[in-house]
Amino acid sequence: MIEAFINYTLLRNTLYAGLLVGLIAPLLGVFIVVRRQSMIADGLSHVTLAGLAFGLFMQKKYTLLMFTPFHTGILFSVIGALIIENLRDVYKAFQEIAIPIILSVGVGLSIVFIALADGINTDIYSYLFGSVAAISNQDLTLILWISILVIAFILTFYKRLFALSFDDEFARVSGVKAKTLNFFFILVTALVVSASIRIVGVLLVSALMTLPVATSMRVSNSFKQTIVYSIIYGEVAVVIGLIAGYYFEIPAGGTIVITSALLLGLTLLLKKVQLVLTIKKDDEHAA
Amino acid sequence: MTQPIISVRGVQHRYDRQTILKDIKFDIVEGAFVGLVGPNGSGKTTLIKLLLGIEKLQKGQITAFGHPIQKFKNKGRISYVSQKANSFNRGFPATVKEVVSIGIVSKENKQTKENLVYNALKQVNMESYIDRNIGDLSGGQQQRVFIARAIVSNPKLLILDEPTVGVDSENVEHFYRLLSKLNKELGITLVLVSHDIGAITTYVTDLLCLNKTIHYHGDPGDFENMPDEQRSKLYGHRIHTITHDH
Ligand SMILES: Nc1ncnc2c1ncn2[C@@H]1O[C@H](COP(=O)(O)OP(=O)(O)O)[C@@H](O)[C@H]1O
Ligand SMILES: [Mg+2]
Repeated sequence: MIEAFINYTLLRNTLYAGLLVGLIAPLLGVFIVVRRQSMIADGLSHVTLAGLAFGLFMQKKYTLLMFTPFHTGILFSVIGALIIENLRDVYKAFQEIAIPIILSVGVGLSIVFIALADGINTDIYSYLFGSVAAISNQDLTLILWISILVIAFILTFYKRLFALSFDDEFARVSGVKAKTLNFFFILVTALVVSASIRIVGVLLVSALMTLPVATSMRVSNSFKQTIVYSIIYGEVAVVIGLIAGYYFEIPAGGTIVITSALLLGLTLLLKKVQLVLTIKKDDEHAA
Repeated sequence: MTQPIISVRGVQHRYDRQTILKDIKFDIVEGAFVGLVGPNGSGKTTLIKLLLGIEKLQKGQITAFGHPIQKFKNKGRISYVSQKANSFNRGFPATVKEVVSIGIVSKENKQTKENLVYNALKQVNMESYIDRNIGDLSGGQQQRVFIARAIVSNPKLLILDEPTVGVDSENVEHFYRLLSKLNKELGITLVLVSHDIGAITTYVTDLLCLNKTIHYHGDPGDFENMPDEQRSKLYGHRIHTITHDH
């Protein structure tokens, strides 16, 4: 089955896209988790769904189009990010209210566009649950560009993002432009969310951004380590999940997230065993 | 008389409905150890956020190192240990070294950075914890790490907002002695915010009593010698004499 991935160009594209997403989703996810903003990914993914449905509807209506649902998905995600920033400014004291607003509007719009495009079809199904279905060269190129942008953003602003995540007031006093940086951060999040949907689907994007991080935090000491292990856990889950999904004909979102959850469970278990063993050893020393 | 490094004139501040600060006027001279005291809600945090430029000045003037605060480029001269530092996310995955590095404002190479971090931690006797996870330390140890982060870029002025909340009384004494050392040996001007007027009068060189406006600014010894009733009035809350046995 691994040969299938290597031999067929389109499947190979899916594997490459998966590897890219398995890197950028947990990379950004680390910052999202420590800033306690996991819900943002959920909000944005549902807005992206509206964009995907809009793209499908347009495709159906005007068969020859320059853009694909993937493009309109990205566009909607970015617009959603801008609206969240704006709402947070308006509701300074209740910043978290922006998420349910944007999420519900996203779902509402999705329903409307799906209905207009003549109801649920296989495309919508794969947008919701992810897929191992073929990814075109154009889409892969777009995911590659998004990944380059995300990595460049994190590398350039690493120290400032870390400072802002740890303690925003101290960061601002030391000269970090918090508002501008937050603005770009949410834009980058929108891009990662829309790229990840191609693989894991709308419902499980936030899982790919948070589960590997949750696992990694249990085993790492420093922030840098947390990032490295998150990416490793993310990549392992994506590769195993894609292959299993292809083999068992299950949408990739399910297999990837279940692999990720198993890794988390296994890690927690090993930590527990390790703890019990150290206590036992200490007791023996004491005796 | 030396030029003050901070100068505040006619500052007023209001949130949506209430005026929190009114007619605030004072100077901070280089080398001072200022205690800023007042009951909860008296506007201490608001006032220092204005000094730090993270709350927008509404009325009056503040100058820092000779520049109007609106145009002041900090570059590490004023540093800060925030009230929130006590209530940061304890599960945050970061080492002491990473946390202290946040305070480095200039571009340095890796070796210089390591040295700066190590020396700052040494000042607060925490150098042996450099690779530990910040969440594994006790409250008092974390507090010292935050001081190290605040002094790693050699600030001229260090502002601490209620740093001893949640630190037990024995460690509070240690903590004040540490601040005294930073003030005397490194020459860092200090502003220590507290709602507890007790022990700090022994250490500070200037006492500022704030309750919406400045009720007292002067020598802490003179303040201590006043009758309870007058002090309560200046502090804006009841004070009982606590006898110190040292
Ligand atoms: N961002 C804010 N919006 C509205 N009111 C505020 C805000 N921050 C503080 N306050 C109010 O201003 C008053 C002074 O607060 P603060 O400066 O934090 O006092 P202190 O630090 O002395 O306890 C309090 O009544 C507080 O509720
Ligand atoms: Mg306060």
